[in-house]
Amino acid sequence: MSQKLPPGLQLEKVDDRIMTLNVGPQHPGSGHMRIILKIDGDYIVHTDPDPGYVHRGEEKMAEYRNYITNIPHLERPVIHDSCNVLYPYCLGVEELLGLEVPERAKYLRVIAAELNRCVYIEYWLAIYGIFLGHSTMFMWPVGDRELLIDLLDKMTGARVTHAYFVPGGIRNDVPANFEDVCLRQVNYFEKRLKEYADVFYDNPILISRTKDTGVLSREDAIKLGTTGSVLRASGVDFDIRKKEPYDVYEELDFQTNVLKEGDSYARSKIPWLDMLESCRIIRDALQKMPKSGSVRLKMKPKPKGGDTEVYRRVESGRGSLGMHIVSNNQPQPYRLKISVPSFRNLIAMPHLLTGEKLGNLPPVYWSLNYWPVEADR
Amino acid sequence: MYVTSRENQTVETTVVTKMSSTNSTEIEKTDDTPLTYQFEKSLSDSISKKFPNVEIVYVKQNRIRVNVKKEEIIDVASFIRDELHFDHAESVSGVDYPEDKQIEVVYHLGSYTDPSLDKQILALATRTSREDDPHPGSDSSKLPSLRDVFPSVSFHERECFEMLGVYFDGNPDNRRLLLPEDWADIPPLRKDFAIKGR
Repeated sequence: MSQKLPPGLQLEKVDDRIMTLNVGPQHPGSGHMRIILKIDGDYIVHTDPDPGYVHRGEEKMAEYRNYITNIPHLERPVIHDSCNVLYPYCLGVEELLGLEVPERAKYLRVIAAELNRCVYIEYWLAIYGIFLGHSTMFMWPVGDRELLIDLLDKMTGARVTHAYFVPGGIRNDVPANFEDVCLRQVNYFEKRLKEYADVFYDNPILISRTKDTGVLSREDAIKLGTTGSVLRASGVDFDIRKKEPYDVYEELDFQTNVLKEGDSYARSKIPWLDMLESCRIIRDALQKMPKSGSVRLKMKPKPKGGDTEVYRRVESGRGSLGMHIVSNNQPQPYRLKISVPSFRNLIAMPHLLTGEKLGNLPPVYWSLNYWPVEADR
Repeated sequence: MYVTSRENQTVETTVVTKMSSTNSTEIEKTDDTPLTYQFEKSLSDSISKKFPNVEIVYVKQNRIRVNVKKEEIIDVASFIRDELHFDHAESVSGVDYPEDKQIEVVYHLGSYTDPSLDKQILALATRTSREDDPHPGSDSSKLPSLRDVFPSVSFHERECFEMLGVYFDGNPDNRRLLLPEDWADIPPLRKDFAIKGR
């Protein structure tokens, strides 16, 4: 019997030992991506991640828009972390145009970026919780996230897609009572975060499912070029905020979080520790911030970059996010390459999943802090 | 278990100026002002000493760019990994230059293991020929893959192959990645692929 099949597909027989399994792309357990697994009984023998389901061509679109009109669409890859996505773009364009951002804007940028980091991690944590069947850990982060979204709403005027960072500063100053409200909310948020340990991180069910599963050794983490929480969970102390400080991170008092185990548990814990650290950064920045001053430089309508290129990177909620902007004396970039942490961590997925049990797919996969939409761009 | 590092581990002490457009000093100028970007200069000098054909494009604050011929890129990359201790690729960008009939591939390399290179990004660029009527994989747009030198480039090169049609010799995985399976147009990041209506 011959049957016409679409290219790339082949028919499997009932008595085949190896079975192909598509996880995604429209499955709640994979986000908007597909993982093509080959399984032998209960074990994964081959993993082929297949991103691209929500590819939108951000890099091509950027070549048609000028440096200012590029802002709103460039934050779309990760709307929950939109400030951090725009951060390297703004730093890069400022370097191209030779701008020096006002001091108050730098502090407000750091506050917005850290709030946004917490918003992203809370969302990620909520999905990690529900992946493991822990519905309390879905409800709590989603509820607590609202506190920070309200703060960002006050700051930027939008709940999720802020478009707050612009080359030359930020779009608008914060309202008069913002600092008090922010301090109060962040203090409460930090208190709530500590309660997560009781219900989630010290939970024996979580520990039994994630400890010693999907171990990424320090050497492999470096060799594969992973970044962010994946790298720091494998014992490599590399945080761009410390290593190549941008804006005012050099003047703020904070530490980086590193764990040595490299397993799914360590990878799920690092973002939570990052959130606690973010609370400290926000409090410190609120204290050191100049109380008044301009927050945005006046610029010409269509600024032109020189005939040069820049590469700037920041630490986003998932890891190092770099932008390579090639300029050719035009108001729009000649080429804009976004090197996203999710795409860089994708290479660890086949490395970790192959050889695991199929049941370990959710704790390992989502512990990679992977955001499919960002990887697709 | 829970290790922290409160001290700032910045090793580099040469540059304290703020980022601005004026810091894109040409390499001739850095000879006059030896204190500026001394560390970056020493890195680029060691490359040009070993490989005289390599063109050092710029030495900026924390950023170096070298252009190499595609025949030499594996040797230069191995030297950068073994002698200069850059250990991973942050990004691989393909840039299309239709006027020159060339496509450029830029590897941005960084280091996790050597603390003195924390801030450094070394851009290693090479060019290959570009054909007006592309047949990705079977035309002359080919480059040697750096996958054996830096395993972290494999997915980036795969993306570059589908977006610009540069085939990487030695990468076993030159397959479609982000684009849909039924994509039947030219590689979309080439300049002659235009967005409809623009």
